[in-house]
Amino acid sequence: MLTLIILILGASFILYTILGGADFGAGIVETLAGEKGERTISKAIAPVWEANHVWLILAVVILFTGFPSVYASLSLVLHIPLMMVLLGIIFRGTAFTFRHYDVINDNTHKYYTFLFKISSFITPFFLGVTLGAMILGRITFDQSVGFYEMFVLPWLNLFCFMMGVFAIALFGYISAVFLVGETKNDRERRRYAMFSRQLMIFTMLFGLLVFAAAELQNHHLLNEFLQSPISIIMLLLSTILCPVIWYFLNRKTNKTLYLRIAVGIQVTSILIGWFYIQYPVLIMVKGGDHFTFFNTQAPEATLQQLVIALIVGLVLIVPGFIYLFKVFKVER
Amino acid sequence: MDDLMAARLQMALSLGFHIVFACIGMTMPVLMAFSEWRWLRTGRQVYLDITKAWSKGVAIFFAVGAVSGTVLSFELGLLWPEFMRHAGSIIGMPFSWEGTAFFVEAIALGVFLYGWNRLNKWVHWASGIVVGISGVLSGIFVVAANSWMNSPAGFDWVDGKAVNIDPVKAMFNDAWLSQAIHMTLAAFVATGFAVAGVHAFLLLKNRKNIFHQQALKIALLFAAVAALLQPISGDYSAKDVAKRQPAKLAALEALYKTSKPAALVIGGIPNDKEERVDYAIHIPGFLSFLAHGDFKAEVKGLDQFPKEDRPPVLITHIAFQIMVGAGFLLAACSILYLLFSWRWRQVLLKKWWLYFIASTTPLGFIAVEAGWTVTEVGRQPWIIYGVMRTKDAVSSMPGLQYSFYVITTVYILLSLVIFWLMRRQIKTIEQFYPSAKTV
Repeated sequence: MLTLIILILGASFILYTILGGADFGAGIVETLAGEKGERTISKAIAPVWEANHVWLILAVVILFTGFPSVYASLSLVLHIPLMMVLLGIIFRGTAFTFRHYDVINDNTHKYYTFLFKISSFITPFFLGVTLGAMILGRITFDQSVGFYEMFVLPWLNLFCFMMGVFAIALFGYISAVFLVGETKNDRERRRYAMFSRQLMIFTMLFGLLVFAAAELQNHHLLNEFLQSPISIIMLLLSTILCPVIWYFLNRKTNKTLYLRIAVGIQVTSILIGWFYIQYPVLIMVKGGDHFTFFNTQAPEATLQQLVIALIVGLVLIVPGFIYLFKVFKVER
Repeated sequence: MDDLMAARLQMALSLGFHIVFACIGMTMPVLMAFSEWRWLRTGRQVYLDITKAWSKGVAIFFAVGAVSGTVLSFELGLLWPEFMRHAGSIIGMPFSWEGTAFFVEAIALGVFLYGWNRLNKWVHWASGIVVGISGVLSGIFVVAANSWMNSPAGFDWVDGKAVNIDPVKAMFNDAWLSQAIHMTLAAFVATGFAVAGVHAFLLLKNRKNIFHQQALKIALLFAAVAALLQPISGDYSAKDVAKRQPAKLAALEALYKTSKPAALVIGGIPNDKEERVDYAIHIPGFLSFLAHGDFKAEVKGLDQFPKEDRPPVLITHIAFQIMVGAGFLLAACSILYLLFSWRWRQVLLKKWWLYFIASTTPLGFIAVEAGWTVTEVGRQPWIIYGVMRTKDAVSSMPGLQYSFYVITTVYILLSLVIFWLMRRQIKTIEQFYPSAKTV
């Protein structure tokens, strides 16, 4: 039961990174593309953005049902960055919808666009910060250390900051590649291919900086990656895919599906490589008592019911999801 | 403001905000599917126009509902980590079902909103039905989680920990059915009357407008049926509360002293110091009848509970009066409506009637908000009734009031923008839909 839940949790995390990433990233790419990009981007994400975000809700629900103390403890100590994630989610979803569904297109739209862009940076950044704080190992539950030590310092540091910046670049990159396939003409296509290349470089650069920041904070992330063969393979795989994707971006052919699949594999392999070294720890705690899947799991009866709900859910959701994408995403 | 108060207010605001959009999300798909079905059957343009016009508004409401719901799924932990630490594995089940239902709803809504020109008409209609069913189901699942807080089941509480957890029993606790029925009906009453009210208001400008006439008819039909069923469901809920949460019943009735028989108190202002209700109407024996089906039965008063276990009487009692008052007014309105459409159809377009319907626009939602106030404030000081106190569940992070201020500002801003956007949408109906053109 537990293994199955962990697998589904991992899968929904990956799917959220890819789909939610493509979605949040759209706001980042729009910042690069300017006004011209607005229509392409709105059209591409409008039918699917709500469904994309349910993967996050799914991950949250699995976490608080299956591993309640992980959810409770994270919400306690990472209250501030999580609150920022939420504010980003609120502004982004509403600003996008307001802009898209407002019947009159007038001056007010620039406010929605502004909010849409800003919040498209805020949420990925603070998601990265949150994740960084979970693995850095500065989290403490000792109330006596004071407000800053407990509620601020675990996430306000160089490593977490770099994780946030990396998340922004990654989401933007995923989205730019996704949008290449949504373009109408060759000129537009070339523009988005250019954004994709730029953001790929940024993603790799910030990825390296994440490792560097980790070293500076005495968290030997690179070492951990290099210690297990699987994570080395995953790291190599995602690196090898870079020139391949670069090549496809430069070519004029409309093989956008391959591009999307390649980026999907790239993101998945980075995440699997990271899961592998991280497993089974969910939160690294200062001084040792780490939260793992095993010491926080809910009783067997709960896990059983959760699995049933998830399987029934996936049986309903996955075909529906594919159908939704088929209706709207097949090359027009 | 202390942290506990800030957390409670933030939760109340977030729930109170979300519930409006959740109600609309549960009801409107059903109304739209009905209207589209009329179009498919009759081929009349007006039904297609109504469906499309409504769907534009629903897209906005649904998005706000989705984000404010996401906010709640985080706030459960951000504000009440100690509650979730214990309750997560017990009530995770309704939440995971809710997640599933909502997922299906979001997918189907995407198909419904954007599939007009891409799909077979009946497939499109079916996607609307799926949105409606999954919307109602997701509402019912969330209410099941709330009802568990009122009627904890499916675990044993040993030394401050939940053991022997049975999530199925927890979900189907004693309160879930009465709460689920009451909430689902409430969603239809509130949304139905609000929609009907807006169309009635617009009809006042031009009473020959077919578009608004038909839209009003559909909305009011659903609202009226639900509003007439609601008192029955309310009675079932009241008997249920009397059995499970006598302190809540005593608070909402402002019954300070255990009485046999007990009088029904209507209106009035509870006076905690003197333990009596000023300026109220008393109907002897009626509370005994409503609570236990017997005019002579004993009803437990607040005196049966130690001071620290009593809910706040003033808020609970007044909120209850507002809910029942609004509910009965809408039920009466429904009887009139059904009567007029059966025998005196000419009344339905009379000015005074349209004014009357227009004036009911906010009433259903006022009742919904008041009802949630009754159930939530009436459960205090407990977060899990009889098991865990609200003050023991709150986050230990200092400065929670700041997050309350931020959320309050954001939600006020959002409400204003939504109000403004809806006005814009309504203003342009005639421009976009042929059947709404003024003749």
